[in-house]
Parts: sequence; structure tokens; C-alpha cells
Amino acid sequence: MKIIFNYLIFPGLFTAICVGLLAGWFDRKISARLQWRVGPPWYQNFIDIVKLFGKETIIPRSSRWTFILAPYLGFLSIVLAAAILGKAMLSPLESFYGDIIVILYLLTMPAISMIIGASSSRNPLASVGASREMKLVLGYELPFVLSLIAVIIKCQGSIQLGSIINYQISFGSNIFSFSGILASIAAFFAMQAKLGLAPFDISEAEQEIMAGTLIEYSGLLLAVYKLIKAVMLYAMPLLLICLFMGKDLGWMLLILKYIGIVLLIVLVKNTNPRMRIDQALRFFWGPVTIVAALSVILAAVGL
Amino acid sequence: MSIKTKALTKSIWVFHVSCGSCNNCDIEILDCFTPRHDIERFGVQLIGSVRHADAILITGAMNRKSVPRMKKIYEQAPKPCVVVAVGQCALSRHMFRYSYNVREPLDEILPVDLYIPGCPPKPEAIISGIAKLIEKLNKGK
Repeated sequence: MKIIFNYLIFPGLFTAICVGLLAGWFDRKISARLQWRVGPPWYQNFIDIVKLFGKETIIPRSSRWTFILAPYLGFLSIVLAAAILGKAMLSPLESFYGDIIVILYLLTMPAISMIIGASSSRNPLASVGASREMKLVLGYELPFVLSLIAVIIKCQGSIQLGSIINYQISFGSNIFSFSGILASIAAFFAMQAKLGLAPFDISEAEQEIMAGTLIEYSGLLLAVYKLIKAVMLYAMPLLLICLFMGKDLGWMLLILKYIGIVLLIVLVKNTNPRMRIDQALRFFWGPVTIVAALSVILAAVGL
Repeated sequence: MSIKTKALTKSIWVFHVSCGSCNNCDIEILDCFTPRHDIERFGVQLIGSVRHADAILITGAMNRKSVPRMKKIYEQAPKPCVVVAVGQCALSRHMFRYSYNVREPLDEILPVDLYIPGCPPKPEAIISGIAKLIEKLNKGK
């Protein structure tokens, strides 16, 4: 009963969607203000989702089942990741052993679902988007995993979110150490790419390949993809808070940290042009991986 | 008024097709999204794929090449989807009225819901057209 409540209402589905859509509005509003515009009202993203539920869903002549099931696959797994993460932050002692690895896998699922859905839609632009998404996943997973390893080494080899938080509560946040700040920089760029925001929105580049991976999706299935984006925007900053700024997790401070990270994401998004896919790969396998590897070495030394 | 129509009127995603226009109407449409006019505050967004569209903005005179393509694009859009003709060419063929290449105006090809006249229409005219479209949707459905 409690597990179902956790999955559906509180740290899981309902909260994740509400907070994620509000964060999406925050993104749009800040972007508008940066461009000296007024920006949409706060309920705009909710209305977009409701409207998409009411539209016709067109399924192209393609492999129907993968096309229909791919968004749900991504949605269910990202909600599960958000629920595990939120539960671990609520009560660190109740988290299970190895949940950070589970979360690492679940956070990759949206990208995989997008690749499956796009490739089964039989659209040339969608397949270009899918191949770009695949390359981007190859690019950002390496530094992301390395920065997670740095955190794990730093917290005396614990692969449990609860004990990582407990370690930070007793020894101070990871971000204030040398290895922690390097790892958090690498993880921040990986997060930007996971969220699919500029400068890494290569797979959905609207000006080049129209909507890329999402090009054939309409109505309900598109709404599910928008919800995946919203839940990602809820889960990824929370994971970063959990890993690097886990010292004070009171309500006010947690919300402030969350807003701070989302603001940073939006500022990076608005001030950087889109990279080409080769530039993005070079960026992730070059500087970001070096920074992440350096943080692993520093963590192993004990800094 | 159902919640479906209300949501539709508050978040219109616009797909923009140029069927051989001189680009002035297109520039004026893009002007609506600039800081001075900013129609994103009404929830209007330009989107790249016609599968996401709630409104199709059509500019330019429909020539023989673009008629079948335009029909195809309209069939690909998920319903409910409205068609908006922007500019004098799309309305009445304007100076191409006696051209061998432009045989029929847009509203004989597709069901047009809203006409925005002008050569090119001002951004203010496009915004007032959107307001009228919202009124029409609220009344009609």
C-alpha cells in the first residue's frame, strides 16, 4: 500500500508531473524574460498536456506495437526512478542496497524509448534524430558514470543513496571538496544532455530536422513524451542535489537548491548555441571525461 | 464549452507552410514571436512537425506544384486542426490571379477557418486574427 502510494502520489507520479511541469514553465518564463518577452502564464504546460490528450493520435503505417509502447516504457521507468530517488531523500535509512545503480539504468530508459519509438516510425528525419540520440547517449554516459564513481569512492564505497546522503550529513556536502566539484561539473553537463536542452538538443533540433525523434508522434503519445521530459526535469536535479549537495535537506533549502539548479540549466540553455553531433561527442569524450576521470583520481587519493 | 476546447484555445501550436509566397508574410508571422508582440503569452508556439499542429498557417498563392503537397500535409495533421490563410495571395491569389500556374484559391482546396488579409498583414492583424479564431472555436464547438 505504502509502495503504491509512493509510486503514484508522493515522490512518484503525481508530484513528479506537477513539479516537472512547473519547472518546465519556469524554464519557458525565464527564457522569455531573458529575451525581453513576457512569457506564458504558469499553467501553460498543464494546458498543453490536457490539449494533447484531447487530440487525435495518428499511428503511421509502421511497426505499430513498438511505436505505441515505447513512450510508456520510458515513462514508467523514469517515474520509477523519480519515486526511488524521492523516497531515498525523504527517509535515507529506508533506501535499499544498490539503488544508485538501479537509478543509473532507469535514467537511461527515456533515451532508449525515444530511440525505439523514432526508429519504428519509419520517418527519415526521425531516424536521423534517433541516430543522433544514440551517439549522444554514448557520449554522455561515460562522464556521468565516472562522476557517480567519484561520488561512490568519496562516500567510502557505498552504492546506496541513503548512505551517500548520511555520509554528507556527517562530513559535509561533496561539492565542497576538490573531487566533488569536478564530478559535479561533469555530471551537470551530462544532465543537460540527458534533458535534451540546448546546447545538446541535437536529436530534436527544430530548425534542422523539424522535431527529430518526436516527428511522427501526435496526441496522447506526444503528451507522454512531454511528461517524460517533465519528470526528467524533476528527477535529474534531485539526483544532483542528492549526490553533491546532500548536507541540508530541509524543505526550504531543498526547494532553493532545486530552483538554483534549474535556473543554472536554463541560463546555460539560453546562452549557448546548438552543437553539432561531432562537436558534442568530442566535448563529452574530451574535456568532460577528463574532468570526471580527474575527480575519480582525486577521490581515490582522498581529496 | 468543454475542457477540450478550452485547452485547445489556450495552447495553439502553429505549423507554418509557405506555398510559394514572397517571404514577406513569413517574416511577419515570425515577427509575432519577437519581444514586441510575443504571442507565446497566449500559449501560441511555432512547432516543426505537422503531427503536433493545432493550426496550419498557409502563406502564398497555391501553385500546381504545391497543391498536392498541401493536401498531403493537411491529411497528416491530427484533428481538430484549423487552417488559417495569411496574406492576400493565400486569400485571393492577388497578382497571380490570371497566372497559368495558379488555378484556384486556397479555400477551394482546403476548408479555411480564418482569413487574415494584408500584403503582408501586420503582426497586429495576425494577433487580432488569432483572437477571432479563439472566439470562433469557443462559439462553434
